[in-house]
Amino acid sequence: MTTATPTVTGSVQSNISDEVALRVEDLKVYYETPRGTVKAVDGLTFSLRQGERFALVGESGSGKSTLAMALMRLTRPPGHIAGGKAILHGTDLIGLSEEEMRKIRLSQMALVPQGAMNSLNPVMRVGNQIADGILDHLPEGAQKPSKDEMRDRVRDLLDRVGLQPMVARLFPHELSGGMKQRVAMAIGISLNPSVIIADEPTSALDVIVQRQIMQTLGRLQEGLNAAVILVGHDMGLVAQFADTVGVMYAGKLVEVAPVRTMFKNPLHAYPRLLIDSIPTMDEKKKMVGIPGMQPSLLNLPPGDAFAPRSPLQFSAEDARVEPKLVEVEPGHWVALSRPSVEDFDKYAHLVDYR
Amino acid sequence: MPPLLELKKVTKIYGGGFLNKDNQTIAVNKASFTIEEDQPKIVTIAGESGSGKTTMTRMLLGSITPTYGEMFYRGKDFRKLSRRERRQFQLEVQPIFQDPFESYNPFYKVDHVLHAPIKNFKLASSKDDRDRMVVEALHMVGLQPDETLGRFPHQLSGGQRQRIMVARALLLKPRVILADEPVSMVDASLRATILDSIQTLNKELGITIIYITHDLTTAFQISDTILIMYRGNVVEHGDVERVIHNPQHAYTQLLIDSIPQPDPDHRWGELVRATGTDMVGTGKQRDIFGIEPGIDVEYDEVEPNHWVLRSDVAMNGQTPAGSSAEPAVPAGS
Repeated sequence: MTTATPTVTGSVQSNISDEVALRVEDLKVYYETPRGTVKAVDGLTFSLRQGERFALVGESGSGKSTLAMALMRLTRPPGHIAGGKAILHGTDLIGLSEEEMRKIRLSQMALVPQGAMNSLNPVMRVGNQIADGILDHLPEGAQKPSKDEMRDRVRDLLDRVGLQPMVARLFPHELSGGMKQRVAMAIGISLNPSVIIADEPTSALDVIVQRQIMQTLGRLQEGLNAAVILVGHDMGLVAQFADTVGVMYAGKLVEVAPVRTMFKNPLHAYPRLLIDSIPTMDEKKKMVGIPGMQPSLLNLPPGDAFAPRSPLQFSAEDARVEPKLVEVEPGHWVALSRPSVEDFDKYAHLVDYR
Repeated sequence: MPPLLELKKVTKIYGGGFLNKDNQTIAVNKASFTIEEDQPKIVTIAGESGSGKTTMTRMLLGSITPTYGEMFYRGKDFRKLSRRERRQFQLEVQPIFQDPFESYNPFYKVDHVLHAPIKNFKLASSKDDRDRMVVEALHMVGLQPDETLGRFPHQLSGGQRQRIMVARALLLKPRVILADEPVSMVDASLRATILDSIQTLNKELGITIIYITHDLTTAFQISDTILIMYRGNVVEHGDVERVIHNPQHAYTQLLIDSIPQPDPDHRWGELVRATGTDMVGTGKQRDIFGIEPGIDVEYDEVEPNHWVLRSDVAMNGQTPAGSSAEPAVPAGS
C-alpha cells in the first residue's frame, strides 16, 4: 500500500555535527494571571546540534508553542521569561536587548510561524514582503542591496521554496494555503539562518500539500545545514521528518530520544500512549486514547504531572516525587519517576531517591 | 421500502449566473449514493479542502438544494416535501459539527443545548420526563450526568463538549447522524473516545453515520464504506478495506501514500508532483488526475463492492505524458 522508500529526503542522523547550535538551559516561561502563575514552560533543558532536526511534540497546552515564541523572544505579556538561558552559538539570547535580538532574528534564527495565512501582510505584495525582511534584518555593516540585486534575491528565494517568480507580484489573498506557507519559508531562509523554528508549519494544510511543504523544508534545511526545531502534535509527521524527538507534557520534557528509539522503544508512559493512540491503516482494531485530562498549569502541584493518567501501579507518595530528566543511554533522556516509567527500578540508581 | 436517503447524479454549482458562465465553480459533480435504513452503516466521505465534501454535507442536511440531479427522502423528491415531512427529516438527520466550543453559547450552562431540542420538537411531556431523557442520552455517550450537567462549556474538556453534542443529536432519535470532522479539533488522546461513542451509536442503536473527514486513518478504523472525493467528484468508492488497501485511482493512491506514517523506517518517497491544490492558476492547467470541471462520471467495478471513476488518465500514480503540471519543487534547489 505505501510505497515509501526509507530515508530519501529525510535521512535519519545524516549531517548532524557535534557543534551545538542552540543550548536551552532551565528555561522558564510563566504567565501571570489574576488567579495565579501559569507555568507554561517550566525548566526546559536541551541541546540542538548544527544540522539536526529536532521535533518538539506535545498536545495543546503542553507549552511547545510558548517555548518557540520564547526562543524568538516574542513572548507577549502576561507571559514573561522567568529564568534560564537560550545560548545560540555562544550568545545568551535571554540577556540581549530588544535591538540586539532584532538583529539575530532572521539572520541567525528564523521562525516559520503557525498558520502563515495570518502572518503575511495582506496589503503588501509577496516580493516586497520578502525584501522588507531582508532589509530590516541585514547584519551589521552589510551593504544594502540594489534594486536589481534585491529582485534577483527574491526570485532565487521563491525558486528555492518551489514558487514561480511571478508570485512576487501577487498579494497574499491570491495564494493558496500551501503557497502562503512556502512564502513564509522563503522569508524564513532569506538571510541563511543557522536555526529555523517551524511552529506547526502544516497544521491547516491537506496531507498532500503537507508532504510537499515538509519535504521542501527538509531540502532547505539540508541546503543551509541549519538546525530545525519542528513544533507539532502530529507524531506521524515527526516520524517522517525528525532526527531527534522531545516530548513535552505540562510544560516539561518527559523524554528526548533519537527518532527510532522514541518510536520503537519509548521509556516514559506518555510518549508510549501517544504513539499507541495513532490509528493505523494496516488493520482494524480498537482505538485507544489516553484516559484522563491534562492538568491545569495553574498552581500545578509538585511531583509527576503525568501520574494521574499513568496506567502503572504506584503509591501516592511516589507521585509527589519530582521527576528528574536523566540520560539513560547516550542521547536518550527520560524524566525518571516511578509512576510513569515502567522499568524505573532499572534506572533508579541514576536518581538519588530510593 | 424506499431508501432513507438517495442522491442521483447530484450537482451543485456556485457562482456564475447567465452573464458570467466562466466564473462557475462546480462544487459537487454528479454524485450518487444511497443510505438504506435496514443496513445501518458508517459511511465516510473523505476529501481534502476544495473536494466538495462540505457542499455534499450541506446538501445532505437539506440546507442547500442541488443545482441539478435528484435527492429523495424516503422515496419522496426532496423539493416536494410537505412541511410535516421536512420536519420529520430534520429530526431523522442530525448534524454534529467540527468545533464543539463554537456550538455552545458560553453564557448558558450545557444543560441548555440539551433542553432546547426537546422543547423545540416537544419531545417531553413533563420536566421529569425531560430530565430522564437527558440522563439517558448522556449515558449513551459515556458521560456521567453529575460531572457534566449544571456546568458551563469552558468547565468541560473538548472531548466532553463534543460528546454532549452527540448526546444532543441522540435526543431526537435520529436515523442518520452526519458528523462533520468531529475530531479534527481534539487531541489524539481524546480522539479515540469520541470515535468510539460514535461507533457505539451505529452498532447498538442502528443509526447510520455519515463521517465527513480528511483523515483517512480514522475513516479506515471506524467506517464500513468510503467515498473519496477530489475536486467535486467521487473518484473512488466502496468497501473501506478494499479502497484503502487496494486503491485504484491515482489520486487515492497519492493521498494514501502522503499520510505520514508514525514509523521512521517508512518515510515518504521522493517529492510528489504538484496537485491542483498547490498551484497558481489551477484553472488554466490540466489537472494531473484528469478531473476537469463537469466531466461525465462512470464507474468501473474493479472488485466486488469497489468502484473507481473511469478516466483517460494513466493510473498507478503515473502522471500522463504531456501534462503541463510542474514539479512542486525544482530539482537542485
